Amino acid sequence: MIPVGYVRASSLGAIPPMLAGDGHRLLGGGTNLVDLMRKGVERPSLLIDVTALPATIEEAADGGLVIGAAARNSAVAAHPLVRVRYPILSRAILSGASAQIRNMATVAGNLMQRTRCVYFNDVAGSRCNKRAPGSGCDAIGGFNRYHAILGASSACIATHPSDMCVALAALDARIRVDGPGGARTIPIGEFHRLPGDTPEIETALAPGEVIVAVEVPASPFAGRSTYRKVRDRASFAFALVSVAAGLTLDKERIADIRIAFGGVAPKPWRALQAEALLRGGPATSAAFEAAAAAELAHAEPLAGNAFKRELAKRSLSAILAELAGVSR
Amino acid sequence: MAIMINGAAVAAPGDARVSLLDLLREQLHLTGTKVGCNQGACGACTVLVDGERVLSCLTLAVQADGRSVTTIEGLGSAESPHPLQAAFIKHDGFQCGYCTPGQICAAAAMLREAEAGMPSYLTADLTAAPVLLSRDEVRERMSGNLCRCGAHNGIVDAILEVAAEHAA
Repeated sequence: MIPVGYVRASSLGAIPPMLAGDGHRLLGGGTNLVDLMRKGVERPSLLIDVTALPATIEEAADGGLVIGAAARNSAVAAHPLVRVRYPILSRAILSGASAQIRNMATVAGNLMQRTRCVYFNDVAGSRCNKRAPGSGCDAIGGFNRYHAILGASSACIATHPSDMCVALAALDARIRVDGPGGARTIPIGEFHRLPGDTPEIETALAPGEVIVAVEVPASPFAGRSTYRKVRDRASFAFALVSVAAGLTLDKERIADIRIAFGGVAPKPWRALQAEALLRGGPATSAAFEAAAAAELAHAEPLAGNAFKRELAKRSLSAILAELAGVSR
Repeated sequence: MAIMINGAAVAAPGDARVSLLDLLREQLHLTGTKVGCNQGACGACTVLVDGERVLSCLTLAVQADGRSVTTIEGLGSAESPHPLQAAFIKHDGFQCGYCTPGQICAAAAMLREAEAGMPSYLTADLTAAPVLLSRDEVRERMSGNLCRCGAHNGIVDAILEVAAEHAA
């Protein structure tokens, strides 16, 4: 690890000017950044520790929640309002990493975490357009069991590793940021970018901007929402495929529905096509399977991850049947 | 400021690169805490910071300034073992012993989490408190601590016994 400076941010307002320097980076729990510094992927000159900043979790006027950027993942999952109103968020966070890492990791750090693509991590031995733009991608012809089948490009096929963000995508969360251009709010669906020709640009944050809080709107489907994660071992592993879903029923019809996938794309993948097909229609296994097939019809599997298309379809169909209370 | 380590004040290092793990082992010679993967994947370096279990390999020591750190040396001793240490011995919760300090630090925090109603991915009722620790619940909650020898059956037995004493 190369020498690095360290300072604790005293207030949110103090951060944007501190971020102006070359190589100045925000440090939360360190669960991703410290590891990447040790591997040489990240080489910051100054770490600005934000873990002493507000970590409050408060009820908003509209019945939603405002989660402070420095709130720890475990604190969000355990919060009484999250457990009762947003089981989808609680379960998504609890499915991620280990208890130790959830205790360390912050909400903003979870949003900002980098991909776990092994070629991205392998500084000495692999080409990676995300780490070294223009160098090539060794994942495309390599071991790509864990890589994207939706939203990838010829420059990058890495997935976003978060579970929390998949639930936030289904919940239509908004990311509150502040910076040189003033305060603004970014919908979660626009926060993470698809790679295109510039996989090194991962979020919609402008230079100097900092995440202040995450706004979660009031959820109409608290009682019928959940998160299911499919992985290579039963716990403490990244998702092969995960699904966050919630719905409301009007007799046997679907009044409203939200679906997001994890593990299949460079960002949390909101399944808008499947949602549109199901909204207002019958809550039946046949409808769930048809909607899942339509959403995955655009998948572009690689040599090692073709199984994800079928796994995603079956996982979605199963979770919707469970939420709607229909037999399969 | 200072880092309180097992009750003693220690100055935070001047070099921000020093991990809490390296501070404990290399500078303070508290070698109970182990270096496993040094990348957050194995749990051997687990310590308690302000009572919560964290990975000391991914914690920069400067980040612990002003906080309280408890290592395996602070939990118990040969003369006065922590109940979990006694239970690990009774149930053969180890073979080589390398992961054991991390397992015990993690388990100590995990029992308090369950008592406070912290759910896990497996918990059916997210609002239940305290959580009843089944064998599967313990396995899920301890999944951040790997044991290469495969002593998990004894580890879970030991933790369940202490959990039952807690509840009694």
